[in-house]
Amino acid sequence: MNRPSQPSVAPALSQRLANAPWWLLVLILIGLFAVFQILTNERSTTIFNAISRGVIVTVRTTLIAYVVALVIGLAVGLARTSSNKLIYNVASFYVEVVRGIPMLVLLLYIAFVAVPLAMDGLNRLGVVLGSAWLSALTPRNFPNEWRVVVGLGVAYGAFESENFRAGIQSIERGQFEAARALGMSYFQTMRFVVLPQVIRRILPTLGNDFISMLKDSSLVSVLGVEDITQITKLYASSTFLFFQAYSILAFIYLTMTVLLSRLVRWMELRLARGRR
Amino acid sequence: MIIIRNLVKTFGAVRAVDDVSLDVPKGSVTVILGPSGSGKSTVLRCINHLEEPTNGEIIVDGLRMTKDSKSINAIRAEVGMVFQQFNLFPHMTALQNIMLAQRVVRKRSQAEVRDIALQQLARVGIPEKADSFPNQLSGGQQQRVAIARALAMHPKIMLFDEPTSALDPEMIKEVLDVMLELVASGMTMVCVTHEMGFARNAASDIVFMDHGKIIERSAPAEFFASPREERSRAFLRQILH
Repeated sequence: MNRPSQPSVAPALSQRLANAPWWLLVLILIGLFAVFQILTNERSTTIFNAISRGVIVTVRTTLIAYVVALVIGLAVGLARTSSNKLIYNVASFYVEVVRGIPMLVLLLYIAFVAVPLAMDGLNRLGVVLGSAWLSALTPRNFPNEWRVVVGLGVAYGAFESENFRAGIQSIERGQFEAARALGMSYFQTMRFVVLPQVIRRILPTLGNDFISMLKDSSLVSVLGVEDITQITKLYASSTFLFFQAYSILAFIYLTMTVLLSRLVRWMELRLARGRR
Repeated sequence: MIIIRNLVKTFGAVRAVDDVSLDVPKGSVTVILGPSGSGKSTVLRCINHLEEPTNGEIIVDGLRMTKDSKSINAIRAEVGMVFQQFNLFPHMTALQNIMLAQRVVRKRSQAEVRDIALQQLARVGIPEKADSFPNQLSGGQQQRVAIARALAMHPKIMLFDEPTSALDPEMIKEVLDVMLELVASGMTMVCVTHEMGFARNAASDIVFMDHGKIIERSAPAEFFASPREERSRAFLRQILH
């Protein structure tokens, strides 16, 4: 490729053009066009305003469900590395079952089966305890948005637990041994020595999972939660403006995910540059 | 200080340690020698229960080792250990490495923890490396931080598991010097090492192991001049060329 007589020359212009990120340029152009439409076209402005009302719901459910997933993931991930067979098996049962069911089916199941069952259980408990409040609870006391949070949290908890498990198992044995030899308990070893290193290693994956979750949060529209997808569905079917409505919806998702994935990439680079 | 009675440790069908009994008196320096795979590291690791003994009894400072994790952690706090691979915590500075266990296990105050950490770092000769991360230190410096980390707990016993085996030759001496200073201070020590010079000069007892058993136990002068057992002689011939 390079002739020996001229080392270290800049690549030829044609090659640089061929290697340029054209997809990004196209994406930016489409984005600019969309922004232009939303700003100038009255109908698009109306649609955008109607849909973006749901952004708060989408972001809120994703954020809360993500925190739930992280908590479940950490606990289950630790359980999956446990030498206690009972703990290990309970955790593995959860992970395998949840990972084997489609996200949509899982959401429906949790919303329409698990929550009512749990309410029923609480009612019975209320009767036993003589608590009027517990026995008067109905599934209606559990808003759809909560069910969505539980559903997404339980589903992603299984994925995050695998991240944590793999992260914990990637830490050298010597780290555990050094901590234990100093007299640290299991939890101190995890808290101060192992998990800080695990989190540095899995942070990019955790970030990417947040993006996946943001996208999968569109599934909650089937439960009638008014996120951006649900609002768009309703809007499009009452106005028949399918093209504009769904284009704007896709544009909003894309904006959020592209920004977030840049953020994750930046985090990754910072971690790679800093110490391990 | 340490009493080991009929210790057996098996890994599957392999008897890594086969009926070992050993007394380590207070203030003594016991050096365990032997070919690789002779079970010497396993004995060391059983003392602070990094390996759970299959059978037998270990009494450390008057406390019998049981399976109860509370009592194991209590004993471990009194027994410092130095590893072949240093095992410093890579996400912490040298000083933080030395401070952590003091704070969370010994429950000392932050100021005290810091004072002791700086003291120990000075003792091993690298006070200027307090804020360096492990990957910014040479192997010898890392091992000295690891020794300081163990010493900061004020242990009654120090265990050394081939502390110089992973070091470049020019760094071995700086670690051995720290160990010799410890010997001079009267620390009870059990060392697994291949450093014959250290064994000859610093040990109060030489324990020679092969195939999981103690073959010979003698004073260093006697062991190196006229080993009693044929296997010890064969081992020394190979080591000393």
